[in-house]
Order: sequence, then C-alpha cells, then structure tokens
Amino acid sequence: MERVPILKIGPTLFVSIQIDLQDDSVMRLQEDLAAELSETGATGVIIDITAVEIVDSFIGRMLTMIGSISRLFDAETVLVGMRPAVAITLTELGLSLRGVRTALNAERGLKLLSGRAR
Amino acid sequence: MDIDSSQGRMAAYMRDHQDKVVGRWCEMVAAGVRGRSSAVEIRAELEDLYTLVVRVMTGADEQAPGELRAVLAELSRSRARNGFTPRETALAVFSLKDAVYELVAGEADLVPEFLSFSRMVDDLGLHTFETYAAAREQIIADQAASMLELSTPVVRLWDGIIAVPLVGTLDSARTQLVTEKLLETLVATGADHAVLDITGVPTVDTEVAQHLLKTVNAARLLGAECIICGIRPQVAQTIVSLGIEFGDIATKATLADALHHALTRSGLRVTEADRA
Repeated sequence: MERVPILKIGPTLFVSIQIDLQDDSVMRLQEDLAAELSETGATGVIIDITAVEIVDSFIGRMLTMIGSISRLFDAETVLVGMRPAVAITLTELGLSLRGVRTALNAERGLKLLSGRAR
Repeated sequence: MDIDSSQGRMAAYMRDHQDKVVGRWCEMVAAGVRGRSSAVEIRAELEDLYTLVVRVMTGADEQAPGELRAVLAELSRSRARNGFTPRETALAVFSLKDAVYELVAGEADLVPEFLSFSRMVDDLGLHTFETYAAAREQIIADQAASMLELSTPVVRLWDGIIAVPLVGTLDSARTQLVTEKLLETLVATGADHAVLDITGVPTVDTEVAQHLLKTVNAARLLGAECIICGIRPQVAQTIVSLGIEFGDIATKATLADALHHALTRSGLRVTEADRA
C-alpha cells in the first residue's frame, strides 16, 4: 500500500497527494494525519492536489472528512492547487467542500493560514 | 404502361426542344429571383440541370441521378447562403414542370408521360427543399457557435481582480464555457477576486441562478471569492419572488460597487490624490 507523506513545516502540516487514492490509503492518511495533529499541535493543514487529475464523490468526501478531523484538533484545512477541470467536476457532482478552505496554490494557502494565526 | 419507355420518349422530346424549354424556364426563374442573379448565371445553372434531368430520364446513365442530386444540393445550399426564400428556391425546380407543360399541352399523346415526369420533378423539388433547410440549420449552428465564443470575455480589473461581463441568456452550454474560461484565467493570473457582472443577462430564473451558483462554487474551489453585480431592479424582484438564495455570495448593485468591495477585501483603498 502506498502512503502519503505528511510534512511538518512550522505550525503547518503539509500533505501532497501524488498517488491514485484507494480506500485503504485514504484511511491510512486520515489515521496518520490525526496522529500527527495530536502529536504536534499543528494549527493548519495544507492539502496539495496539484497532481490530482480525476476526482469522484469518494475523494470529495475524503477531503471534507479530513477537514472535519482537523477541526477537532483546532487546525484549519486549506485545499490548494486544484485544477479547473477538477473544480468543474466537483461542482457538477454537487460537492462544494463545506468546511474546507481553498487557495490557488501552496503559497497562497500558507498566507491564508498565517493570516489566521495573527 | 412501361415507365422506362415513356420516360424515354419524354426525354427524347425534351432533348429536341431543349432551347425552347430552358428559355421559358429561365424566364420563370428570373422573374422569381428579381435580379439577385444575372440572367446568364441562371441560364448556365439551369442548362446544366436540364441536361442532367434528360440524362436521368433516358435511364442509360447510372451516375446521372447521383450527379443531379449533387448539383441540386449545391444550388439550394448557395441559395440558402445568399438569403433566397425557401419559396424562391423550390420554385426554381418546380417551374420546370410549367415550362415543359406549356409545350406538351399541345401533344395529347405525351400527357400520361408528363405525369411521371412531373412526379420526378416533385421529388427533385423536395430534395432541393430538404438541402435548403439543412443548409439553413448549418448556418444557424455556426452562428450560435461563433456567438458563444464572442460573448465570454474575462477581463482584468485590477491586480488580483478579474471581471466576467455576462451578456445574453445563460444556458448550460454557455455557463460551462464561462466557468472554464473564468477558472483558466484565475489560474493564469492568480487572481483571488472574480466579479460576475450580470447587467446584460435579460432574465434570471432558477435555472440561471443555479448556473451562477455553480460558477461561483467552482471559483471558490480555486480559492477565489466571487461577487455578483449588475442586478437590475426587475431582476432583483424576480430573484426574491422565486425564492432564490445567493447564500453568502456578495451581491452588489453596480460593477463599481463590486470593484470597491473587492479592493477593500484585498486591503486596498482608493483615496483622492493630494493636490498640494
């Protein structure tokens, strides 16, 4: 099973999804993230989906769930690097990802989180 | 009655009287088109057609029917493009019957054969009409496509603020195009505010509102905030009476208000220059 690495940069956890997500790797990512959040007390999570070209309702739900998990640890989730085609697909699927903030790229995402910290 | 032989006699008769029939035919068609084609052009067109018709009637030539249909199709397509009415186009073919009948009327023994000839011309006329309609539809489809491209500009208002002036009715095809273009521009410019100006949208019903919301949601997923502006009083009334909710999307009366809002959100302020 492929694992998605979680990087800690300052008070932020950085997750870059670069594999085809399967049920078990998603479960693993959620577990890892929860463990990391409780251990580090990070205040923000950035999920980078620049490499994700195809989304379905499953991935949409996963992203919302990660957002909910992070909020339990008082951390804010920012989804960055979404492709236009992916955004159109998600809206056509009726998924607006409530509870997850979005930014154009990782830099903007970090700015968004640091603005919250201030 | 053997159709082939009767057509054969008719064909021979028509070949013998070609000049007379074509001349009369041209007169009729020229009267119909009222100077939009020159007499010489019409004569050339019709002579071609006439020769083909006679070739089809003799029945010896297997390629003739196909050729005739192709020539007719080309004729009606060019008529459709040049703005001839369906009536004028179809009459061009049907008047061949009249032209021939004027001659045949004197010869009683050819009348039964004229009937089968007339049936053939009717069929050709219908074919002409069909091609004419198809050509017209093609023109409409082409125009719709070019309008779609014309009507979706995305403009940059300020650093980080882009605007989409929407003009015309928003259907799903246009929404898709607008959304794609908006998202592409968001990515290309890195803008974080998008202003949707609906001044040019004549009516906003639940469907249009749904389309707008989809566009806004897609832009949000790219981290951009959308502002809807240019809502006219009547449109506002319709929106309220239909119970459409724009939720937490900012709506402004004019493009100026929307720009001001976006500037404020980006932490910018417009002040009067110091005229010291």
